[in-house]
Amino acid sequence: MSNDITMKIDGIECVAAEGEYILNVARANNIFIPAICYLTRCSPTLACRICLVEADGKRVYSCNTKVKEGMEVTVTNQEILEERRAIMEVYDVNHPLQCGVCDQSGECELQNYTLEIGVDSQTYSIPDTKREAANWSSVLHYDPGLCIVCERCVTVCKDMIGDSALKTGPRGGEGINKDAKDTMPKDAYAMWNKLQKSVIVPSNGTGETNCSDCGECIAVCPVGALVSRDFVYQSNAWELKRVPATCAHCSSGCQIYYETKHTSIGDTSEKIYRVTNEWNYVSLCGAGRFGYDFENRAEGKNKEAFDKAVEALQKADSIRFNSVITNEEALMLQTLKEKFGTKLVNPDAFAFQKFLKAYSRSSGKTLYGSDFKEIMKSDFVISVGCALHNDNPNARYAFNNIQKMNKGAGLYFHPVADPLIASLGKSVECFTHKPGLEEAALYLVLDLFAKRERLPQDTIDYLDSFHSKITKTVQEKVMEDVTETVTDAKTGESKEVTKKVPKTIEKEIVVDENRLALLLGGKGDFAETFQDMMKKKERFSLIIGEDLYFHTKAENLAALVALIESSCDIEIVMVPPKTNSLGVALICDLDESAEGYCVGYNEKGDFRLSALGDGDLDMPAMNQQEGTLTNMNKRVLPTNAALEYNGYELNDMMVALEIGKHLTIDWTPMLAGKRGFKKANFDELPNGYTNSGVENRGYALENISTHAEAIQLQKFDESIALEGEIAYRCNPQRQFNDFSDKAHQIFEEYGLYASTAKAESLGGKVEVDFGSSKMIFEVISDDSIEGEIVRVPDFKSEKDIYTLFGEDRYKNVIIRKV
Amino acid sequence: MSLEEFKNRNVGQQTYKMVQSDPTPKTGKEQFEQVVRRAFKGELFVGLYVTLREMINALFRGEMHTIKYPFEKLPISPRYRAIHDMLRLLESGHYRCIGCGLCEKICISNCIKMDTRYDENQRKEVSEYTINFGRCIFCGYCAEVCPELAIVHGARYETASEQRASFSLFEDMLTPIDALKLQQEYDGFGAISPNADQNIKKTPLAY
Repeated sequence: MSNDITMKIDGIECVAAEGEYILNVARANNIFIPAICYLTRCSPTLACRICLVEADGKRVYSCNTKVKEGMEVTVTNQEILEERRAIMEVYDVNHPLQCGVCDQSGECELQNYTLEIGVDSQTYSIPDTKREAANWSSVLHYDPGLCIVCERCVTVCKDMIGDSALKTGPRGGEGINKDAKDTMPKDAYAMWNKLQKSVIVPSNGTGETNCSDCGECIAVCPVGALVSRDFVYQSNAWELKRVPATCAHCSSGCQIYYETKHTSIGDTSEKIYRVTNEWNYVSLCGAGRFGYDFENRAEGKNKEAFDKAVEALQKADSIRFNSVITNEEALMLQTLKEKFGTKLVNPDAFAFQKFLKAYSRSSGKTLYGSDFKEIMKSDFVISVGCALHNDNPNARYAFNNIQKMNKGAGLYFHPVADPLIASLGKSVECFTHKPGLEEAALYLVLDLFAKRERLPQDTIDYLDSFHSKITKTVQEKVMEDVTETVTDAKTGESKEVTKKVPKTIEKEIVVDENRLALLLGGKGDFAETFQDMMKKKERFSLIIGEDLYFHTKAENLAALVALIESSCDIEIVMVPPKTNSLGVALICDLDESAEGYCVGYNEKGDFRLSALGDGDLDMPAMNQQEGTLTNMNKRVLPTNAALEYNGYELNDMMVALEIGKHLTIDWTPMLAGKRGFKKANFDELPNGYTNSGVENRGYALENISTHAEAIQLQKFDESIALEGEIAYRCNPQRQFNDFSDKAHQIFEEYGLYASTAKAESLGGKVEVDFGSSKMIFEVISDDSIEGEIVRVPDFKSEKDIYTLFGEDRYKNVIIRKV
Repeated sequence: MSLEEFKNRNVGQQTYKMVQSDPTPKTGKEQFEQVVRRAFKGELFVGLYVTLREMINALFRGEMHTIKYPFEKLPISPRYRAIHDMLRLLESGHYRCIGCGLCEKICISNCIKMDTRYDENQRKEVSEYTINFGRCIFCGYCAEVCPELAIVHGARYETASEQRASFSLFEDMLTPIDALKLQQEYDGFGAISPNADQNIKKTPLAY
């Protein structure tokens, strides 16, 4: 950890970590420094230059100047004020006076700073350039006329999201009058010069972005230039009611606001117009931002169906459900199990629960040690068994942010090659290994990072058995002195001239060959690459993904993870497979398979409770109920109801069965009995961030120490690696479940995703034979994957993909053209 | 007038001007004399003359002062706040409303609602607009806040109707397109002051 230092901003003493930027220190201490282009967690852009301050008598930009011990910062003086005013005047040159209809509707930083700095007249002018509004993708709408080219969208896309889908392009504007250089303040001139030359364009050179459509660029836009296509001219921001909530699509559990208003003049029922976030502290994915209208508009209380549901619950032998439920609902189901002995079946949480149990047997604690906030501070990140692009957007953002912000390095072990991950940083090494070799990947991590003295002897021997010294012939260029006798043509004199001539010689060197790296598809020179990657690295982290939970050798993998954590100084995080898999895994005692009469909650069953509106009894969707969710950062987070719901909820059934509470949220303090949960009332749970970016949401689960057994490792078996035609259970990037699918702005279709080349060879429609059953898929070409493995999405529960794949995420299949 | 005079609350110390009048009679004789003096001064006939003159003017010279409401109406002040009018641009005939929603926001009785959308010409279009006149208190804030002088108060002060809906929709309040020539510019609440030009600084233009 870096040391704390003391410095003064405007005479106020501030304590800050060394190496922190002045601007961030000021913000954390509630001191206002104007800044437009800077984004917390991203690199300084230096486009707006308005954050100018005086530090120890020198003019510096507070967004890119690091604090020093004893530094004295003055935020404003006459000169700086003039500079800032000139900058704001320049921003206002030719800015359309259409604030009345602009979608930013007053939440505009240009407007705010113009007023803050008191620009009441204009001194500069330049002919305007015609710039046409355009749609960049199915969700993005860009109006360059309103754009002030602060480049926040470009920065967030590169440093946070990793798509790097935007860049600045030529504006075609007229050059600034030369006299301006001498007459106007110099920072304002420099900023204007740049502004007059650029607009934002998609970085692939076409008019359309090829990105993950996360919409984070919309969130960070300080003006109304970037808006979602669906929201253009729909509503003023001030008409919308902001409901703080937690996103229910994946296990990131991002903090979001549902913004609601009446649907129209004729229809007064509430409707969600958009989702916004605290973009300085959390980045959303496309599903979170655009997949919000999955509510279940129940007609009313259907008493008849309700009575049947209560009866069904009473006689049910098993309940099938998925992890898109709150902790409270999970606790209700667990209570049912305790009372009636009903089996609880949830395939994704079951695998994760087994993995966690195996992990805690070896590690002596219930939960993994770190969280994503912490690993974002590391500078070397490894990902094993996680399809970063698809499984969890925030895991990918963390992986990317480490590369961009911490000058980090990364190792990515995954059987499906992803060109995007390789492009995230210069020191990212991708291992495209055969499915089934995840153990080898973890052994390689052990081999590369473990402190040998902390490892058991047999493991050391096992690891050493993969190393062999081989002699390799390398070609090396050396400069050789060559002496020649030159005869001068005129004088006839002979002279000896010495010249340096390059020569290639062959040399034999002894290198250490690591068979593990080669087995995993690493390049021959991996040892050297790795040495480069390790330079100046201090903090290491490991992301564990779903492939490891759904693995024939999951228990051995869990033990390996525990050993890595204890022997390597690597911080470990796991990505729970679905939204609340961690909560369900901690709260419920799950069973492997369903039998007898089965009630399905958002899943198949003899009697279906459904928040999708297609079951025997309607249930509230996640945006219609309050409760808590447990996310991958091991926090219990509150979410609120954004829309009204008129039907019955699970607690009503519990009341009918005489084990219910008055309200669903009365179950929240009851969670206390479960592993790591606290006795906290729902209404007391906070949901926000402080100015310094501290996450003040819900509470953190307690990581309880348990009895640790001695770690028994098994050697990996190379023969379990899959060959041939392989299907991988993995969702497209903005799809997570039936609810994201229901949302009208999520366009990713259900089908068989294959790399462009593979899709071409497969044709339009195929039949996939899983052995137990066959399914027909449309083939969808996806340029975000490479190689032969095809992906089968599991977001539609009616397709029952989990049963097809069983305990694995990869499966040998036979694909036939139809 | 400065505020000083309003702030002076020493009532009784001001220099009041007394009305000049005859002294009040005190004895019975004086009272009797006053009655006789006033009764026989001839003013009675002056009054009779005035009445007769006005009657003749009204009946025979066409100078009738009675307004035959509801067939006739008195002109009202531009500052009077009656049922709203929606004005059109004189040049294009398009309605002035840009859908900014300020009237909806400022309305203190929450009676204005509007729906907007992105239209084919990339403009913000008001797809529906309504004022609930059952709630409207005619405070005039909407007209004052309107940046385009699109919503103004008109002269329709009769708020009785068979149905409230008769004048609550956008089209009902909008100037009929064939009556565009007759559209009056609004001088009331929120209109630009006559000296507006002197109050603004001009922005330099490069062309």
